[in-house]
Amino acid sequence: MTQPGPRGAALDGNAMAGDLREIFAVDVTAARFMCAGCTHTDAVATLVVWHQSPGLVARCPNCSDVVLRVVRAPDRVYLDLRGSVRLEVPLEGS
Amino acid sequence: MGIISRGFGGRRRESVPGLPPGQYLTHDFPVLSAGPTPRIPLDRWRFTVTTETGEKTSWNWTEFQALPAEDVTVDIHCVTKWSKLGTTWRGVSLDTLLADVESAADYTMVHSFGGYTTNVPMEDLLDGKAWVAYKFDGEDLEPEHGGPARLLIPHLYFWKSAKWVNGVQLMPDDDPGFWEAAGYHMYGDPWREQRYQGD
Amino acid sequence: MARTAVSGRLIWRAATVAAAHWETPTARTLVLDVPDWPGHLPGQHVDVRLTAEDGYRAQRSYSIASAWPHPEGKVELTVQRLDDGEVSPYLTDTVEAGDQIELRGPVGGWFVWRDKQPAPVLLIGGGSGVVPLMAMVRARSMAGTKQPFRLIYSVRTPEDLLYADELRRRVRDDAGLDVHYVYTRKTPDNWPSPPKRIDVAALNTYGWPPDFAPDCFVCGPTTFVETAADILVALGHDPRRIRTERFGGTS
Repeated sequence: MTQPGPRGAALDGNAMAGDLREIFAVDVTAARFMCAGCTHTDAVATLVVWHQSPGLVARCPNCSDVVLRVVRAPDRVYLDLRGSVRLEVPLEGS
Repeated sequence: MGIISRGFGGRRRESVPGLPPGQYLTHDFPVLSAGPTPRIPLDRWRFTVTTETGEKTSWNWTEFQALPAEDVTVDIHCVTKWSKLGTTWRGVSLDTLLADVESAADYTMVHSFGGYTTNVPMEDLLDGKAWVAYKFDGEDLEPEHGGPARLLIPHLYFWKSAKWVNGVQLMPDDDPGFWEAAGYHMYGDPWREQRYQGD
Repeated sequence: MARTAVSGRLIWRAATVAAAHWETPTARTLVLDVPDWPGHLPGQHVDVRLTAEDGYRAQRSYSIASAWPHPEGKVELTVQRLDDGEVSPYLTDTVEAGDQIELRGPVGGWFVWRDKQPAPVLLIGGGSGVVPLMAMVRARSMAGTKQPFRLIYSVRTPEDLLYADELRRRVRDDAGLDVHYVYTRKTPDNWPSPPKRIDVAALNTYGWPPDFAPDCFVCGPTTFVETAADILVALGHDPRRIRTERFGGTS
């Protein structure tokens, strides 16, 4: 959150919560990602999300590489995770 | 199906005859971006064609500006459902840029400053169907709209018209670009409504 | 109520507007009846989807303003009208009690406050960014907990203040809650300083000091959030304790 650079109309990863909760039984925005580009790790909610495009593009706040892409078609959701090495998902109640 | 929201019209939109299926007419020029807008100084701008054997042909801004340019008026169709009619551009035809390139490749990957990519079949770049455009509506193309130069390939959905374009890689086989890898259609013909994979 | 907050994937459901009231001339609170609402944490949001008669759809996210449990089992959203907006003018000016909108939520498990968190809390809101912070203030009161809460609320003019009366009452009645206002365009009469944007002096003077290790929640337009979060880090706050929610645009 302290990185310089033009974020323009970008939002936080929080903004993806609805689209991701339509796919997953857990809240992925509270999960931690590890960026495939720079190994930066933080909550998915801290990703920089570009939403005024054909899909959601979530970039690493540290190196701005694309970590996650979400494309919503009428009858399916495409989730591209090649920019993340892993997701660490907290399980509620454990 | 969801419920209808009484009295909700949404942004004013016209569904006029002659548009591709599912498209609405817009009169402004929406800016779509998947990342920060790159600011490319003209003295660092370069456009490079790379063949399947790795041979490169490239132009700096001055050389590129010296190439014969064309003025074109075309309709553009964005996959997010807006269409804009009669847009005027000035740019260099891909026929010109690929004229002296030795290649048997059937496919291309278009590359941009900032890392964006999109795949286009070779034949769709040729025969007066695609340009590297640097003026819109008589003015220098603004960075938000892809300046200094963007691909203009109006017969496909507009995500194929890569902003901030800096090169074309020629390929023997088709590979998905940025959006195509994330679920969008490999070809993207608006008249056949090829929005997503499988359409 | 068979559903629980953690079960399964989310679906869209129809919410009915039970009541609506204006908070300011341009912001309106919608009180919604949502069947089988699973409950929510303060700071979470919902996605609202509107469908026109020709099938055209628009979708936006709105922070939940109310705490849960709610005395009448309702969910409240406060919507600021954006004049060039597509969804917000409908929600502020067109929708009436009895109308239905589609809603998906609650979502977002990161920008939330849990009443078990023992740390003092620093809330920094710009404009309608105060909405999820208000949910936290209300939840604290509901839970009857004692963590010190401080809200720094940046707003253009006194007429733009959301929840003005309720905040005044809560500062009086909710022990350990205080509010400092920053006016960016026009101040009330006899205000000690001229209008200004949120700055180092304001956060240094009115925020908790970094050695209190407060949990910080910052919400507002993107440029506001950038500025406030950068100042907090510069003042020595632990970036891991700063949670932000941007809603785009400029302040």
